[in-house]
Amino acid sequence: MKVLKTYDDRCIGCGACMTVCSMTFFKRDDHARSAIQMLPVEGKGFHLVVCEQAACGKCVAECSTQAISISKQGTVLINKGICINCFACVAACPIGAMRRHPEEITPFKCIACGACAKECPVDALAIVQEEAAVMGTDLKSLQEEA
Amino acid sequence: MSAVDSQALKSQHKLLAEYNYQLRPVERGYNNRTLFIDLGSKEIAEKPVCFEMKRKFVGGKGFDLRLLWDAVQETTRWDDPENEIVISMGPICGNTNYPGSGKSIVATLSPETKIPVDCNVGGYFGPYLKLSGFDALEISGKAQQDVIVFIDGDKGKIQIIEAPGEAVDSHVLAEELLPQFAALEKDKQHYSFVTAGRGGDHTRIGCLNFSFYDKRRKVMRFKQAGRGGTGTVFRDKRIKALVVKFSRLTGASNNPVDLKKVQDLGLKMHHEILSQDDQQCRMRQVGTAHLVEIMNDYDLLPVHNFKFGMHPQAEKLSSHEFKKWFTQGMPDGCWFGCTLACCKAADNFELLSGPYRGQRVVVDGPEYETVAGVGSNSGIFDARSVIEINFYCDTYGLDTISFGTITAFLMECYEVGILNKERTGGLELTWGNTPAVLEMLHQMASGEGFGAEVASKGVRWMKDAFATQYSADRQFLEDIGMEGKGLEQSQYMSKESLAQQGGYYMTNKGPQHDEAWLIFMDMVNNAIPTFQDKADALHYFPMFRTWFSLQGLCKLPWNDIEPADNATTEAPSKVPEHVANYIELYTAITGFPLDKEELIRQSERVYNFQRIFNLRMGGGSRGEDRAPYRAVGPVTMEEYESRRERYDKQLKEKMGVDPDGLSLEEKLRLHRVYREEQYNKLQDAVYARRGWTTDAIPTVEHLRDLGMDLPELVEVVKKHLP
Ligand code: SF4
Ligand code: SF4
Ligand code: SF4
Repeated sequence: MKVLKTYDDRCIGCGACMTVCSMTFFKRDDHARSAIQMLPVEGKGFHLVVCEQAACGKCVAECSTQAISISKQGTVLINKGICINCFACVAACPIGAMRRHPEEITPFKCIACGACAKECPVDALAIVQEEAAVMGTDLKSLQEEA
Repeated sequence: MSAVDSQALKSQHKLLAEYNYQLRPVERGYNNRTLFIDLGSKEIAEKPVCFEMKRKFVGGKGFDLRLLWDAVQETTRWDDPENEIVISMGPICGNTNYPGSGKSIVATLSPETKIPVDCNVGGYFGPYLKLSGFDALEISGKAQQDVIVFIDGDKGKIQIIEAPGEAVDSHVLAEELLPQFAALEKDKQHYSFVTAGRGGDHTRIGCLNFSFYDKRRKVMRFKQAGRGGTGTVFRDKRIKALVVKFSRLTGASNNPVDLKKVQDLGLKMHHEILSQDDQQCRMRQVGTAHLVEIMNDYDLLPVHNFKFGMHPQAEKLSSHEFKKWFTQGMPDGCWFGCTLACCKAADNFELLSGPYRGQRVVVDGPEYETVAGVGSNSGIFDARSVIEINFYCDTYGLDTISFGTITAFLMECYEVGILNKERTGGLELTWGNTPAVLEMLHQMASGEGFGAEVASKGVRWMKDAFATQYSADRQFLEDIGMEGKGLEQSQYMSKESLAQQGGYYMTNKGPQHDEAWLIFMDMVNNAIPTFQDKADALHYFPMFRTWFSLQGLCKLPWNDIEPADNATTEAPSKVPEHVANYIELYTAITGFPLDKEELIRQSERVYNFQRIFNLRMGGGSRGEDRAPYRAVGPVTMEEYESRRERYDKQLKEKMGVDPDGLSLEEKLRLHRVYREEQYNKLQDAVYARRGWTTDAIPTVEHLRDLGMDLPELVEVVKKHLP
């Protein structure tokens, strides 16, 4: 499973990841449109929020149109052509990684492309390969579901 | 069904009429036009919707009744060609954000009651029809052969197609139709059907199945427009199916004024549901079946034709039993965006009886009403049997609620000797006899035997028939036959709740719980003790609940899920935060202002219109609101005995009579006098609160106050006013 791994302890809060992410997918520098979220935590630095991909899959199960699927690489993807914009997936996501912007009709999320990781000056982000099953989810059954 | 078979069926089709219309976007929740189809003359036409119609009738049930009124005469009967099936949705229907926004409302002159009946039903048909360009669909006239009406919302084309080959039963028909229309799996979710079943051909309790394609189960599933014989009218018009196609659905299709607001409200509800439902009603796990154990605990579950309110074996019908059958973790919404997802299904269920014996099928539900009706009320305490009966009722297009109440009535008649094996053609209708019940059900579909010739006609007809043919005690039959206005009562015990007696029998269409469900408020919480309190509740709740059917909304996300702090609000039973959501939602979609008071008035206009429609058709007055005595109090000694302590106490405290030394007959009589008087007083209080005379006629002043002093309404009420 391909997943963007985060290291909160290294993050310095520069926001480069959010700029890159929103530029890549929305062609504008708008942190509210970034799939990765860098959240300041009172007195404790920063917390990076991003999709756990196939290790989670809760949004996949909630979507009634099956617009969300899991790729062979274990990435959770939204098919905009099928999505009917109900936002059930946004509520289903336990960590807030399925995102909504008030001016966008379709939800969006991290697809583990790695663009942000390349820009991060302190290596707080990295694309890694992980066994989904190790993290407690049966990848195969989720892929079948999708 | 193989593709070849389905193509063979399609090759028998004959195009009878075709009509093209201009596709245009919905504007603020409205299309401002409706669709009219006459199956007799094969006319297909569009009708404009004026501002006045939206202001006075809003949509959904309001549009249904307005259109139906204009289509029929006071002499029209249910099987006259001018009677219509009208399906309308309402401005909120079709958004994909707020849970419960996909309801269609069906209305027709009922074969059971002779007055209009309305049903609020899920499935994709209504929303797809609306987004295809129409606020309502009227179907008038009768076809000569079975037909399919196809509305292609992608192309703007409507066809009437003669279709002699396909089956009538819903689950077979759906299998045959789907490959004819949708060649590819990915297209199937863009279609929805309305179908009936062979039960509609032979009974007065036919229902309609509104479909939605379940991508995970890869099957068309159904929600029922159950009450009052809609499927009977549908089959009388020789309609096999209505088919709609719409593939362009997005969150913006309903074109609201403020899409962001609609999304905000929807998302707020999704969060509330996903965080609260497991601790509240568990709708996502078991649907409405969670009510069974609650009703049994409170002595409110109908048992043996509403004699008793609990049963030692009720555990076998609890939601825990059904959960074993229901596949868990599925997004079972009957429309997109409903995270309450209550439409549970039993998968891979093997049928053990009837023409489809041995088939493995998906069974929708059962829901609470079905479990209580064909389960406890008929003495069947076995989940498997209930699911099998549920499946056959659905595919035959039979209303499970009426079927349950009819069965319970017949069983009591059998137990007391009014019926016997000779009179039932061999059916042994003893409590809990599942094989006999299934046999009767199959007869209703095949059109033969006792099921088709007697049971199919409904409780009101049978009461009279048994009294006449078998010289049975008419009063007893009147007391135990649980119908009002000709419609069988739905499945709650109202005996110990005066307010619920009103909630059932002072309704417009007959005793269905969708107007008012006040049992807990009245009986358990004692929150509405005085006549005035009850009358206020019997004004507010029927009006508030009517509003869902004006808008195309489901009622369940209103109070089957509540904000975590609801109990601390000043009116928990109204769920104030959700009422506020609805007001904002309506304005965000239509742009029209609304407040709590105007919301109630929107409903009140339509509610009074419906009451006057009843009057016009020969019903509607005070006498028509009478309740069978079993809905009001204990009819038999065993009923009294089962609650002796409670009833004796009432004699002492409410009637001022010492029960010691009184015979059981005397106690029953005293209760009856007292309870009937209470019901009468409640009628006075409710009618006054609703702006009606003591004979339940809306006054001209009240109509004027509501802006509903339309000449055609004033003309009708004037005939009845002193
Ligand atoms: S918003 Fe789209 S992807 Fe999310 S649950 Fe709804 S249909 Fe599926
Ligand atoms: S978006 Fe959220 S719910 Fe979906 S897989 Fe990622 S973490 Fe899980
Ligand atoms: S609560 Fe149930 S019946 Fe109502 S809209 Fe949602 S899924 Fe349909």
